[in-house]
Amino acid sequence: MMAQTSTVARGGGNSSAPARRRSHRPPRRPSGLPNWAVPYVLLVPGLLVIAILLLYPLYQMVDMSFHKVGLRQIRPNPQPAEFLGMQNYSDVFSSDLFWTSLRNTVVFAVVTVALTLILGTLVGLLLNKLGRKMSTFLVVGIMAAWATPPTATAIIWKWLFDSDAGVVNWALNLLPDGLSTLVFGRSDWSGQPWLNAPSTIYVVLVIAVVWASFPFIAVSVLAGLKSIPSELYEAARVDGSTPAATFRKITFPLLKPVFSVLLVLSIIWDFKVFTQLYVLAGGTTNREAFNLSLWAYTEAFSAPPKMGFGAAIAVILTVIMLVITAVYVRQIVRTEADVR
Amino acid sequence: MNPRSVKWLKASGLNAAAVVVFLFAVFPVYWMVATAFKPNDEIFTTRFIPFPLAPTMDHVSRVLTKGVAGHSIWQYLFNSAVVALGTVLIGAVFALLAATAVSRFRFRFRTSFLILLLIVQMVPAEALLIPLFLMVKRLGLYDQLLGLIIVNVGFTLPFAIWMLRTFVAAVPKELEEAAAIDGAGRFITFWRVLFPLVAPGLVATSIFSFITAWNELVFALTLINDQGTYTMPVALQFFTSQRSTDWGGIMAASTLMTIPVIVFFLLVQRRMVSGLVAGAVKG
Repeated sequence: MMAQTSTVARGGGNSSAPARRRSHRPPRRPSGLPNWAVPYVLLVPGLLVIAILLLYPLYQMVDMSFHKVGLRQIRPNPQPAEFLGMQNYSDVFSSDLFWTSLRNTVVFAVVTVALTLILGTLVGLLLNKLGRKMSTFLVVGIMAAWATPPTATAIIWKWLFDSDAGVVNWALNLLPDGLSTLVFGRSDWSGQPWLNAPSTIYVVLVIAVVWASFPFIAVSVLAGLKSIPSELYEAARVDGSTPAATFRKITFPLLKPVFSVLLVLSIIWDFKVFTQLYVLAGGTTNREAFNLSLWAYTEAFSAPPKMGFGAAIAVILTVIMLVITAVYVRQIVRTEADVR
Repeated sequence: MNPRSVKWLKASGLNAAAVVVFLFAVFPVYWMVATAFKPNDEIFTTRFIPFPLAPTMDHVSRVLTKGVAGHSIWQYLFNSAVVALGTVLIGAVFALLAATAVSRFRFRFRTSFLILLLIVQMVPAEALLIPLFLMVKRLGLYDQLLGLIIVNVGFTLPFAIWMLRTFVAAVPKELEEAAAIDGAGRFITFWRVLFPLVAPGLVATSIFSFITAWNELVFALTLINDQGTYTMPVALQFFTSQRSTDWGGIMAASTLMTIPVIVFFLLVQRRMVSGLVAGAVKG
């Protein structure tokens, strides 16, 4: 259905539009709208949607974080919420779960962002070096990983890491016993339960998320590499530059803007990972495995709902993300201003 | 060694690396499909069975007839399709107008608007979930696909504008100026000149929104309680009970959910990347 729309629109655009325009030329009506007002009028619908569905809830979230919002406030004929001041926040900071979920959030994001960017960049460089056929073959392959919905991704990896019938335990058992003991401190992996303890849940989560997100990095890096003039590389070769020096002196500086966008996007995506964790941790019961997103969700929506408390956690998560990405956002905006 | 064999070695080393990455990327997806077609005794075994020895349609037909949580998987696929298409159709209009504004005009607050687009994407969905849940409830849209559509429009719009604006900027301004000189009014210029040229980009952006809405779990989980209104990602949670998981069934259902997305992805892959990193690569 989508594809049809595309063909029709494209065909219409290329052939009939200019012809029709000439056949019945509309008289030039002076439009009632002054020029300066046009962009604002175009923006209003989108801005309204963003204001109602994102900004107003954002304000409400902050507001709720200072109130006690529970079952009585969300029923029909709600009672007014009691103002608590900073109570929710001090409860959050004094909760044991805050430190475990903060640690889980940050460690997961740092590890995953680093691994995704490294693997993605390497695969991007590889794609650039490969022959045409091989490169198409690999792009189609990594596209499959990229396209898999997050829910399905988590389910597949849960299955691969299944304690009894999982492929991973089977493969680990194939390793020579000596090597396996040396690296992991054990040789028998039969029945190893990966999805019980928080630490191993996060091992699986990192692998699953890296698997799903490196293709985007790889394809973006490839697009960036294609935009670098080949003369630069020829000059480097003539000057006898080593591949590592070429990467450091030419490729990396020229791709720096691409990397900063990719870094910001990866941080945004990995800091608030929810779906995959929700599936891998089996819902909201494994409290030790919470990250800030899952904790906020659980507090707000499992009985008894503590929505103000959940909102306070969400505010903290949002602030952390804003601070981390602020520098890069500034850089993107600056590039943006140059482009047009 | 002569230079030729060095070159050959290098090429085969690269190709071998490509095959390894390919297998890492494809194997899990392959394994999902393979498991969906295996009989139970080939699924629940510690042996490694690389492909279904006795392929069966049992799991696929079971999820399509008996389904899960009281409804056929068709029902959930249909609900997901309604939500995703609804999100796309509404979102596309808003996105196109706003994208035209930011890439065709210079005006006060333009940069502020772009920063706003970036910042709202940083807010975790789980955070806004709480106020949105209350809003949807008050509007009487709880348990309705329309509520889910509206929320999804909000969440896909900032990114859709961000992506679409580069496609609009790529259309040469001279074409519109020529149309204006020929006497075309603003609306005609937009509809007859700009729109057809932006259409491929609009399709790419729409597919991105479609996929986002199709995959979305957390809103569907919170805003829908009635089992007949579940979307696919929610329905998939019900193959797992306290004690066991119906792996054959969940893999069959996941396969059915994944296929449309992979097809869409292959259609728009190239444009999507250019839209995502646009603004970063100058050119």
